Amino acid sequence: MFHASLAVLVIDENRIRASIIEAGLRAAGHERVTVIHDVTGIARRIAEIEPDVIVIDLENPNRDMLENMFQLSRAVKRPIAMFVDRSDQASIEAAVEAGVSAYVVDGLRQERVKPILDMAVSRFNAFSRMARELEEARSELENRKLIDRAKGILMKSRGLSEEAAYTLLRKTAMNQNRKISDIAQSLVTAAGLLGPAEDE
Amino acid sequence: MSMGAEHQITAGFMPLFDSTVLVAAREMGFAAREGIELKLQRETSWANIRDRIAIGHFDVAHMLGPMPLACSLGLTPIASDTIVPFSLGLGGNCITVSNAVWNRMAAHGAVPDLDPARTGAALGSLIRERATSACEPLRFAVVHPHSGHNYELRYWLAACGIDPSREIEIIVVPPPFMADALAAGRIDGYCVGEPWNSAAVAAETGHMVTVKALLWRNSPEKVIGARKAWAEANPDALAALLRALHHSARWCQNRENHNELAELMAGSRFLGLPASVQMPILTGRLKLGGGVERTIEDFFVPFDKAANFPWKSHALWFYTQMVRWGDIAHTARNLAIARDCYRPDLYRAALKPLGVALPGANAKVEGALKVATPVGSAGASLVLGPDGFFDGQTFDPDEIDGYIAGQKSAVSHL
Repeated sequence: MFHASLAVLVIDENRIRASIIEAGLRAAGHERVTVIHDVTGIARRIAEIEPDVIVIDLENPNRDMLENMFQLSRAVKRPIAMFVDRSDQASIEAAVEAGVSAYVVDGLRQERVKPILDMAVSRFNAFSRMARELEEARSELENRKLIDRAKGILMKSRGLSEEAAYTLLRKTAMNQNRKISDIAQSLVTAAGLLGPAEDE
Repeated sequence: MSMGAEHQITAGFMPLFDSTVLVAAREMGFAAREGIELKLQRETSWANIRDRIAIGHFDVAHMLGPMPLACSLGLTPIASDTIVPFSLGLGGNCITVSNAVWNRMAAHGAVPDLDPARTGAALGSLIRERATSACEPLRFAVVHPHSGHNYELRYWLAACGIDPSREIEIIVVPPPFMADALAAGRIDGYCVGEPWNSAAVAAETGHMVTVKALLWRNSPEKVIGARKAWAEANPDALAALLRALHHSARWCQNRENHNELAELMAGSRFLGLPASVQMPILTGRLKLGGGVERTIEDFFVPFDKAANFPWKSHALWFYTQMVRWGDIAHTARNLAIARDCYRPDLYRAALKPLGVALPGANAKVEGALKVATPVGSAGASLVLGPDGFFDGQTFDPDEIDGYIAGQKSAVSHL
């Protein structure tokens, strides 16, 4: 080895995302990776770990506290700056877009740190995509259930067939320029208010 | 998305009460009436606000008063020219200490009257007592290094003969965590906006010792920071926004609207705290701890007394404090940047068509007004509030070198 591997500290309250990043870093050959979910007592941990690179998610409400701590010489031995190269606007933007920020100790060469930052950015993006898809699938499922319940209410109260009930919902949605699931929600809510019998 | 709005503006904000003028501008329809589709995006840290305005995610943002200076002076990771065309109000902060510190301060002569000179003297005696018995220095928290909170805490301590850089430790804690950190003993005191002081008093874990309105009456706190490049490319959108904010601020100031305003801010998209918690900042009626209550005049001023005017003397005072505590060197270039950061010209130009009272000057001698004073202004009459510092000092922005030299020597004598 030409030089010792870099110590990377990942601070992320989201355990799943943190482990995805950790796995990515280890797969890329970084052995000295530490993950912290809770920032209590973090100054001491940083003194122990002496990280070369710190990766923090932007949702972390403690970011102001952490940044300030990096600037206090008592907490860290070497000064830490955000990002490697201030002039590299594109990678800074990519990081903020992805929801991640990185801090590196002074004097580290950009080519050593850039791959770590790129890795964090791509893993953050992958995680967001995954979370979004999951959320879409979940709301799709919920919408379908809602529409089924609305259909049931119409079938019962208006004596419609399932198909006719769905057609009525769709027509109403089109006329009002709203989503079918919104109409279904309104109907289910109204039915709930008007009488308990519909909801079963 | 509303169709046909003339201007689309994205604004970042922190869930703090003093974002209220920006929030109400959207929620009460003032922005829409000016042809603006105002998108509000809540953030979790000032660092995020700073980064997102720098890279263009936000056009404007709710910011700490000194923050646009820090951005423009290159003290931030991504340098970005940020200007201040509007102030979101005056005051709103308090300094709170733990029960243990308060009890010791009381033994050194502090009484619960919020008088900064008296509580500061007691704190100074306590700090010297602790120093002789080799206690750890007291640890205070502020919300951000480049904040009014940090500078007013330091100003108070220094004026009371305490060196804030050596005799205490100052760390950063996010506002919602302040009361918990105090209760857990991780910090001994803090300076933060309401309701995070009342929170410690309500939990019976802290005592308020003084308030911003008594340290420096009618002093600047949060502002609208605008990306300079955006402001220059979109002058009509900016002017429309400033008019919307003006109408919103007037609405926020009106006592008749305070219940509705507190309800609005209580919503989960904004503060997510009960409306009752928002009332002390609006009324200035504060519980100090130990059953004592005080009503503070001009505790938080969202509109009156030219509260929205971005005085260059406010920016320059922040600059003197950044120099004082070693954030930046005092050079002709830095001074020029600080002087150009707050933009009363843009405020005036946007509001002129409304025929409202506007200050004629861009700066004032801070601390010169002892009582509410009508001033010569364009259009209707305007009254400025008293703006005194508790130690009787004045800040003349035309005598900035002398002021900086004076405050430096005051600290080195300690």
